[in-house]
Amino acid sequence: MKRFDNQINAGSMADIAFLLLIFFLVTTTIDVDKGITVKLPPWTEEENTIILSQKNVFPVKVNSNNELLVRGEVIPIARLKERAIEFIINPNQRPDMPNSPKKAIVSLQNDRGTNYETYISVYNELKAAYNQIWEEEALKRYGKAYENLNQEAKRAIRKDIPLVISEAEPTDFALK
Amino acid sequence: MAKLKSKPKRPRPTISTASLPDIIFILLFFFMVVAIIREDNLLVKITPPKATELTKLNRHDEINHIYVGEPTNKNAGTAPRIQLNDAFADVDDIQRFIAANPDKYSTTLHVDEQVTMGIVTDVKTELRQANALTVHYASKQKIEE
Repeated sequence: MKRFDNQINAGSMADIAFLLLIFFLVTTTIDVDKGITVKLPPWTEEENTIILSQKNVFPVKVNSNNELLVRGEVIPIARLKERAIEFIINPNQRPDMPNSPKKAIVSLQNDRGTNYETYISVYNELKAAYNQIWEEEALKRYGKAYENLNQEAKRAIRKDIPLVISEAEPTDFALK
Repeated sequence: MAKLKSKPKRPRPTISTASLPDIIFILLFFFMVVAIIREDNLLVKITPPKATELTKLNRHDEINHIYVGEPTNKNAGTAPRIQLNDAFADVDDIQRFIAANPDKYSTTLHVDEQVTMGIVTDVKTELRQANALTVHYASKQKIEE
């Protein structure tokens, strides 16, 4: 019987392929696009003149120095979320806050000189406030985390506590 | 019993490793296909802001990308500029850019965190006029301390 002793050793082939694989893994950035999803209002020429009751509106104003004015009060961004939650739920039934979360509207106004970073963190905090409220509501109603609910239950919660962030035309006080 | 005793000594059979490279190559190809390689050559410097309430976007090809930031090339000045596809653009070009890609279902804004809201507002106004109302603000995951 003929013996094939002198073949090329293919064992190192795997190592070569591994090197290629690792090189590729290191050099490519798997950039998963993540972001805050926003639905913009449709464009209209005429001015929007819906008059809202003062107590239903949660005004958040950001100036060109990236300072926050919430309901006439200057607050740090770290406290925005708790203030928003307190306003939307209105646990003490205060008369100057909405009767039901359905009526609450967040009005966000920034300056043209506001930093984008600040704007995103403000938007993020407002969204986080709603996410937390939805989470609590889901636990109260269904005893499950919001994420684990089916579409219908999610929709029911979102219908009762709708996320309404209205963005006003920005001010233009920034020094040019 | 005698049969067992007289069994000749044979070398132990080894698992063939000849197909191992093929397996690794399949892994390699898998990663090459799955990895997203951004086609757009960035002309502006973008450091995305950090946020916690993020949603993931899966269908990369079906999204318009708009970049806003300071040009990387120093000769182009330091004022923030808008980049569409592979070139600098003006705010007025956005509507045409959106109209040229009717099959894309949303828009991602890649904006540098140091940019002021003025230019972003202008972009948003154009998007509203172009009726491209689903917008993502690209941001990075904030790591809680």
